[in-house]
Amino acid sequence: MRHDGRRDARALRTLVLTGGLAALACVLFMTLGARGNWSFVLPFRATKLAAMLLVAYSIAVSTVLFQTITNNRILTPSIMGFDALYVLIQTCLVFALGAGTVSALDPRTMFVFECAVMVLFSCLLYRWLFSGGLRSLHLLMLVGVIFGVLFRSVSGFLQRVIDPNEFIVLQDRLFASFNGIDPSLLGISAVLVAAASLFALRIFHTFDVMVLGRDTAIGLGIDHRRTTTVILVIVAVLVSVSTALVGPVTFFGLLVASLAYQILPTSRHRLILPVAVFIGTATLVGGQLVLERIFAFDTALGIIIEFAGGLVFLILVVRGALR
Amino acid sequence: MIRIEQAIKRYGQTCVVDGVTLTLPAGGVTSIVGPNGAGKSTLLAMISRLLGMDGGAISVGGLDVTKTPGDVLARRLSILRQDNSLTARLTVRDLVAFGRYPHSKGRMTDDDARRIEEALAYLDLKPLADRFLDELSGGLRQRAFVAMVLCQDTEYMMFDEPLNNLDIKHAVTMMRLLRRAADELGKTVVVVLHDINFASCHSDRIVAMQDGRVLCQGTPQEIVRPDVLEAIYGTSFVVQEIGGKRIATYFE
Repeated sequence: MRHDGRRDARALRTLVLTGGLAALACVLFMTLGARGNWSFVLPFRATKLAAMLLVAYSIAVSTVLFQTITNNRILTPSIMGFDALYVLIQTCLVFALGAGTVSALDPRTMFVFECAVMVLFSCLLYRWLFSGGLRSLHLLMLVGVIFGVLFRSVSGFLQRVIDPNEFIVLQDRLFASFNGIDPSLLGISAVLVAAASLFALRIFHTFDVMVLGRDTAIGLGIDHRRTTTVILVIVAVLVSVSTALVGPVTFFGLLVASLAYQILPTSRHRLILPVAVFIGTATLVGGQLVLERIFAFDTALGIIIEFAGGLVFLILVVRGALR
Repeated sequence: MIRIEQAIKRYGQTCVVDGVTLTLPAGGVTSIVGPNGAGKSTLLAMISRLLGMDGGAISVGGLDVTKTPGDVLARRLSILRQDNSLTARLTVRDLVAFGRYPHSKGRMTDDDARRIEEALAYLDLKPLADRFLDELSGGLRQRAFVAMVLCQDTEYMMFDEPLNNLDIKHAVTMMRLLRRAADELGKTVVVVLHDINFASCHSDRIVAMQDGRVLCQGTPQEIVRPDVLEAIYGTSFVVQEIGGKRIATYFE
C-alpha cells in the first residue's frame, strides 16, 4: 500500500506539472511580445488559443482512445486515412468548383459538411467491417491504410491536373495553420467536442478494461463490440474537428500519447487523458509561440511538430516500444 | 450446470467444433483433453462467449451465453485465455483489482478491496502486489491472472491451457490451486489441458475431444486406459497405477 501511495503521489505530481506547463504556455502565448492595444491583442490571440486548445484536446483524447481500442501504442487515427480523406474532400471541392467558389462558400457549411463526410466515412467503414464475419481490428487497420493510400493517390492525381493557381490556393488550405482559422467555426467545433466528450464520460469506466484486450474485456463483462464502435465514433468526431480546423497533423497525436504514457507511472485513463491533453496544449501552444516569436512565421506549425514528432517516433521504434 | 447442445463452429469450409452436445454438472474440476486442433479451446471460448457460434446453444447455470448481457454473465462465469499479453503497465494489484470490475464497475468498495487482498493472499502474491507485471516471470504473471479470475468470484471458472509456459513446480501449484478452488470454494472449474497426467491426477471428469467432436467422457479411471488414450491421441500408451493415480507414459 505504501508503494501504491508513492506511485499515486508521483502521478499527481506529473499531472500538476504538465498542467502548469500547459497553463504557462497559454499565458506566455497571450502576453509575450504584445505591442499596442490590449483590447485588440487579447481577443485576437484568444481566438487562436481557443482553437489550439480544442485541437490539442481533440487530438490527445482521440489518439489515446484509439490506442486503447487497438491495444497498440504506435497507431494513431491518421492511420485510418482521416487526414487523407480531408485532403481528398478539399481537393475534390477545389477541383469541382474552382478555388474562387470554394473560398466564397460559407465556412460553417463547409465545416459541417467536412465533419459529416468524415464521420459518415468512419461509421460506414466500421459498420461494414464489424458486421462481417471478421471482427479483426488488424483488418480494419489494413483497410484504413489502403484507404489512406487510395485517397492520397486520387488527391495527388487531381492536384496534378488542376490549374496551378488553384493548386497554390489548395496547398495553402492543407497545411496546418492556426492563422487561417475562422472564429465562427470555433463555436460549432466546441459543441461537437463537448458532445463527444459527454458520450466518452458515460462509458469512461470501460476504458481501463478495454486496454486489457478483447478477450479479457469480454470476460469482465464489457460489450466489446458496442464499446469499440462507440469509441470509434467518438474518435471520428474528435479527429474530424481537429483535422477540419487545422488540417492534418500526423505525428502530433503519437507524440502526445507516447509522452503521456512515458512519464506517468500508470496507464489509468483518469490520469493518462488529462496529462495527454496538457502535454498536447503545451506542445501546440508552445510550438505556435516558437513559430511566431522565433521563426517569425517563416515556417509552418506542422513542420515544427512533425519534426519533433518524427524524432519521438524514431526513438520509440529504436527503444523497442513497437508492438 | 453447463449445457452444450449441437454447438458448431466453422472457419470457411473446416468445421472446428462439429455439433458438440455435452452436459457438465456443477462443481468439481473438468478437464478437456485431446490432440491439437480437436476444438478444445474453441469450445471453451464459445462456452465463455468469446467466440460466436455458427449453430447450437450453450447455457451456463441456466443463462444462455449468446443472449445474456455480458455484465450479467461476467458475475457468473470467468475465463482465462492462453495468451495474456498486456500493453498497459499494471501492477499485480491493479490487475487483480480488475477482477472486481463486473461487480463494482470501477467504483471500488471496501468489500472489493478486501476481496482483492484475499485473492492476492490465496495465490501468495502479497509480497509482489506492487510489482509491475512486465517485471515478473511468465509463471508469476500467470498466477496474477489467475488471481484476477479468482477475484471475479464467479461460480464457473474456465481456464484455457493454464499450464502453458509453467515449469513443473508452478504447473503442479496451479493444478492444486484449481483443485482447491473447486473443493474449498465450491467453484465449477473447466480446464483445457495438454498433459493427460495432470488431467488424470487433478480432475473429477475428463472430456476427450477429437476432430471437433466429443470422443468420450468419464472419470480419470475410465479415460486413462491404453485403448481409450490410443483412440484419442493416435499413439500407443502404457498406463500404470502409482499411488492410486493412473499415470500414462507415451515416450517409447
